Amino acid sequence: MMRSNWISFTSIARKEMIRIFRIWLQTLVPPVITISLYFIIFGSFIGSQLGDIDGYDYMAFIAPGLIMMSIITNSYANTVSSFFSTKFQRNIEELLVSPTPNWVMVLGYISGGMTRGLCVGMLVSLVSLLFIRLPLFNVPFTILFALLTSFVFSLAGLINGIFAKKFDDISVIPTFVITPLTYLGGVFYSISLLPDFWRTLSKANPVVYMIGGFRYGFLGITDINVWAGLGMLLLFSVVLFLITLYLLKKGTGVRC
Amino acid sequence: MLALSIQNLQKKYQGGFQALSGVTFDVQEGDFFGLLGPNGAGKTTTIGIITSLVTKTGGKVRVFGIDIDDDFPAAKRLIGVVPQEANFSIFEKVQDIVTQQAGYYGIPRREALVRSEKYLKKLGLWEKRHVPAQQLSGGMKRRLMIARGLVHEPKLLILDEPTAGVDVEMRRGMWDFLVELNRQGRTIILTTHYLEEAEQLCNQIAIITRGEIVENTSKRELLRKLNKETFFFDTKNPVSAVMPLENTEFSFMDDGTLVVTKNKSQSMNRILAHLDQQGIVVDSMRNKANRLEELFMEMVE
Ligand SMILES: Nc1ncnc2c1ncn2[C@@H]1O[C@H](COP(=O)(O)OP(=O)(O)O)[C@@H](O)[C@H]1O
Ligand SMILES: [Mg+2]
Repeated sequence: MMRSNWISFTSIARKEMIRIFRIWLQTLVPPVITISLYFIIFGSFIGSQLGDIDGYDYMAFIAPGLIMMSIITNSYANTVSSFFSTKFQRNIEELLVSPTPNWVMVLGYISGGMTRGLCVGMLVSLVSLLFIRLPLFNVPFTILFALLTSFVFSLAGLINGIFAKKFDDISVIPTFVITPLTYLGGVFYSISLLPDFWRTLSKANPVVYMIGGFRYGFLGITDINVWAGLGMLLLFSVVLFLITLYLLKKGTGVRC
Repeated sequence: MLALSIQNLQKKYQGGFQALSGVTFDVQEGDFFGLLGPNGAGKTTTIGIITSLVTKTGGKVRVFGIDIDDDFPAAKRLIGVVPQEANFSIFEKVQDIVTQQAGYYGIPRREALVRSEKYLKKLGLWEKRHVPAQQLSGGMKRRLMIARGLVHEPKLLILDEPTAGVDVEMRRGMWDFLVELNRQGRTIILTTHYLEEAEQLCNQIAIITRGEIVENTSKRELLRKLNKETFFFDTKNPVSAVMPLENTEFSFMDDGTLVVTKNKSQSMNRILAHLDQQGIVVDSMRNKANRLEELFMEMVE
């Protein structure tokens, strides 16, 4: 049984990889170009006018944030679009009629989201090395935050895909929720520099902790409690996973 | 052993439409079973429930004795399904579609490659294995779905209107293929709205209309019923007895109307002459509506 589930998982994962690399011009290239532009504009052109933050120049400060931003956006984008197109083309039925348990199905799709999120994150990291030398203060933290954030946003994208009924539905949440939370999540500034009101408000934004923890992994500086960040990511991982399982068990969006 | 047992199956779709109201039928292992019915009768809904794509709102389904409410995954391993409409990703390559499906059933990749080769060859798609599915013709897409439905070698194969929209020549080929599969011992359930198709292939036929089974019998019995027609004879004087006549059944209604059931091929003259000999005078006659025939008229429309 375990072996059967494993084979089922690798089949889904394999299909997701094939998809990501088949449409690499849509999945891998655009985010790398966008983030490179951020590096050039904010890091080089504007950053050179700014002073250091916590002893790092502005380019080094925003690099972890930009990498994390690409991980968040691409993990989410991959599961939401892949799952929705699977529903749209009805090949989700291939999985539904098979004995594959829901949790295996969820992990399969997540493996796709994480592959794309982390691939793009890696590419963006490489791009950043053209501009700066990035230190690595705490490798386990860096990896843990990258993996967990990717996991959480892959799940969130999957939930969005489960609910989505038409193409518009897959861009609403990214546009109105994820992008604002990310831009306001401390990619470009340290929240400790914000006025009291905005700083307090920012602490309610989960992305602040993800970027904060990730930046801590690279630079060893932080404006949040990284352990709280880690705990929150673990909590989100569990809760979103259970929600996804519950939705699939009910058949939401996939069975009539 | 029963390959499939369905009892009092109900389905009310969200929105309140009752698509199935108490469908009951059994399929014996080894049968080639036809579920025949007009569009909208509930064939696809029934198959959807058996394969977990549709959730039932009542009733029981057992697949080789396994209740789907107890162990759906175990039941699913025994079923292969070929849906009415294409449901693969058109961007994926033909062989990938088949091997992936094998993977979903837990078949190791090495074995999946062997089996996909076997079934793609059998269905004449091996040359197309590296082609994205969108480049296949309609008939090829259907055959791809048959290969996909067979890759885990299910004991029960269910096909939902497999020859709808397929040209005559290919239909013959597909029929031969299915008959061969059945001969090798695989139980097959096929839905169709062509009587001819059910007649060619199936040994057992159930007729579904408006979410209910209205007939469930052997093909021979069904054809026998379809080959009969019934008339009401109004006679000058009340009749209570008629001498027997071969291939003809006589019965009587309370008001003395004579009811005559005959084979379609038999001439009416013979019956009238037979009655005349006995001094029975027929004033007028009416055709009794044949429920099955009406149903088939509905299907042909
Ligand atoms: N998802 C759905 N929601 C509401 N009604 C549906 C749905 N699917 C099918 N129906 C209705 O249920 C009835 C039976 O449909 P179906 O099982 O597809 O019939 P068949 O396959 O025999 O043509 C039809 O009237 C159809 O309109
Ligand atoms: Mg149908």
